[in-house]
Amino acid sequence: MSDSEQHGTSRRDLLKLIGTVAGSAAMYQAMTSLGVAAESPYSGPIKLEGDPKGASVLILGAGLAGLVAALELRKAGYKVQLLEYADRIGGRCWTLRGGDRYTELGGFEQQCAFDKGLYLNPGPWRIPYHHHAMLDYCKRFGVALEPFVQVNYNAYLHSHRAFAGKPQRLRHVLSDFNGHVAELLGKAVSQNKLDEMVTQEDKEILLAALRRWGALNRDYTYAANGFTSDRRGYERDPGGGLAGAPTVSQPVGLGDLLKSGLWRHLATGNIYEFHTTLFQPVGGMDMIAKALARELQGLVQLDAKVTSIKQDAQRVTVTYQNSKSGGDVRTASADWCICTIPLSILSQIDINVGNEMASAISAVPYDASCKIGLQFKRRFWEQDDAIYGGISYTDLPISLIGYPNTGYSDAGKAVLLGAYTFGPYAYELTALPPAERVKRAVAWGAEIHPQYEAEFENGIAVGWHRVPGVQGCYGLWSEETRKAHYKNLCQIDGRIALAGEHASYLPAWQEGAVLSALDTISRLHQRVVASR
Amino acid sequence: MSSFVPSTSLLLAMLVATGAAAQSADGTFSSNQRFVPKNGEVLYRSICQGCHMPDAKGAVGAGKFPALARNEKLEANGYPVFVVLNGLRGMPGFGLYLDDEQVAAVVNYVRSHFGNNYRDNVSAGDVKAAR
Ligand SMILES: Cc1cc2nc3c(=O)[nH]c(=O)nc-3n(C[C@H](O)[C@H](O)[C@H](O)COP(=O)(O)OP(=O)(O)OC[C@H]3O[C@@H](n4cnc5c(N)ncnc54)[C@H](O)[C@@H]3O)c2cc1C
Ligand code: HEC
Repeated sequence: MSDSEQHGTSRRDLLKLIGTVAGSAAMYQAMTSLGVAAESPYSGPIKLEGDPKGASVLILGAGLAGLVAALELRKAGYKVQLLEYADRIGGRCWTLRGGDRYTELGGFEQQCAFDKGLYLNPGPWRIPYHHHAMLDYCKRFGVALEPFVQVNYNAYLHSHRAFAGKPQRLRHVLSDFNGHVAELLGKAVSQNKLDEMVTQEDKEILLAALRRWGALNRDYTYAANGFTSDRRGYERDPGGGLAGAPTVSQPVGLGDLLKSGLWRHLATGNIYEFHTTLFQPVGGMDMIAKALARELQGLVQLDAKVTSIKQDAQRVTVTYQNSKSGGDVRTASADWCICTIPLSILSQIDINVGNEMASAISAVPYDASCKIGLQFKRRFWEQDDAIYGGISYTDLPISLIGYPNTGYSDAGKAVLLGAYTFGPYAYELTALPPAERVKRAVAWGAEIHPQYEAEFENGIAVGWHRVPGVQGCYGLWSEETRKAHYKNLCQIDGRIALAGEHASYLPAWQEGAVLSALDTISRLHQRVVASR
Repeated sequence: MSSFVPSTSLLLAMLVATGAAAQSADGTFSSNQRFVPKNGEVLYRSICQGCHMPDAKGAVGAGKFPALARNEKLEANGYPVFVVLNGLRGMPGFGLYLDDEQVAAVVNYVRSHFGNNYRDNVSAGDVKAAR
């Protein structure tokens, strides 16, 4: 997250520079080439025109990329067959519910003990409004969506090093940070300290803007009053009748805010991918995979572990084995192959493609991530803390707490996301036995919500490097590897083409998997139609 | 699981007693910018075993995590140093998360445990030269 914020800033600086130097047409062009202002690459359902004349395609992996490729190719007249390693369809588009059993690499098994109707999305959990392909597939295949709350002003920001470990409301930190910054800037401008940077005319406008943005007084101070309480909330909220008079609240000082480090989290909701409105499928993310799979009954072979992929001038032949029992090596073949197996795994599979694609397949390490779902006896975050959905952030190793964005005010049990980590904490959590991950998440979460100790019932923890079908969270491209290998990865090699999250500019998003599949099948289709 | 991991009740007691302490006494869970432990075994237990498993025998799923136990490829000490710094295919490099001493410590630990018996330890200087 902090990485993308940093990139964002430097890119914006560059754009500002281009904008001032060369005017707005150049700026727009630069923005499109940097991939910022471009039109969405998705423009409605794909149309594959032309007759494939009975050509067959073998699709490896039944995650979203494989499923979308299969659906659209079959619709265009291809014979399709899918081979999937796991005993379920969907890949990373996955939901854990009570009764599910999950065995991670190394054989560590967990039994999900959630109550009926409660779930954890251990992988994808949110869909931004501009992921047009994802939203369109949900619409076309009848997947009901509901809002995913990214920013909740009443959720907490927490640092175990600041405010004596007491969590702070986002609305306080945000209003006070904006207010203090506006005050500083307002004073500098009104005392003519920025005259070299702001024209006389703009100065008046800027001062008015700062007052409104920061809720400042006429003298450009940010202080306890009705204005600022309308931003950060009141000490005592306005009520009715004789006893209804509100009490204003006291802002936190700038020095305390700066030293707390909590400002780190303020820009999260400003990131394009986290802009309101976001969505989640009603009932769990795997509702999407299930809806697509319903259309493909009989075409997906589960428990099929692909062990080699070979092409010659006529066909592609794949060997596979039963994922659980091993046993006989079987083969499947077709005219063409679309392989959506994550590169973490494909790089270990015997595949005869050219050197360029082979090096690309080996060039992408997979990032770490760990998510932990916790079931509690009651929704204390709603009942005691008035937090309805959204996310609290912390510098504890759990990184955040995600509250359920559904079932508000239900009197029964509920599941929240008790940890979602990247970086060293994700490696360290993954290295622990699953039960230990859960216990630690409970201990850390209790520093923010002391109710944890009395209300916790059970939990389940997924460290993504231990997920048998992917061995990681997503493909970690760097600027250098993308430059050296990305095109070679996406190029069709003879009769083999790759697709998936890793073959997109949207790493770790389902939209990337889907757009990659659509791009690959349209190029493959052109080739097939041209060759027949 | 492993004798190294402190028992949970002990851990919980520690967390409660120190209030805001996030990290464990062994240096794990201290920073999300880099790994803090210095000890080779602690580094193995808190990083490598997530993939190579507590017994270093690796694991097989759709793909595999290779065994580091009884692994003859560890004989040339430059190889594990290179892999830990830069990664290898699906394995991410840890060069940005570990300093030279830490890389040396975890490589020396792996090369002298799990049925590996290589005595020629690498030094922080060797790691620095390999960066
Ligand atoms: C923790 C986490 C959080 C995420 N959050 C979001 C989010 O909020 N929103 C969002 O849109 N996206 C999110 N994503 C990203 C999203 O999950 C992926 O981008 C997307 O699901 C990838 O789809 P895919 O088809 O490319 O790969 P996968 O879904 O991984 O499909 C690949 C398939 O290949 C199979 N396979 C592997 N090896 C073999 C083999 N040898 N033989 C046969 N089959 C094999 C696998 O079992 C799997 O089913 C998240 C991912 C993770 C892990
Ligand atoms: C995120 C998972 C992951 C972690 C953590 C990890 N590795 Fe690896 N490691 C792998 C994978 C995957 C491979 C195999 C790469 C390949 O050949 O496809 C590998 C390969 C290796 C190899 C090469 C083995 C051989 O036979 O060629 C060495 C050495 C190694 N790892 C050492 C380490 C050490 C030491 C650590 C801890 C500092 C570590 N790894 C942590 C995933 C990981």
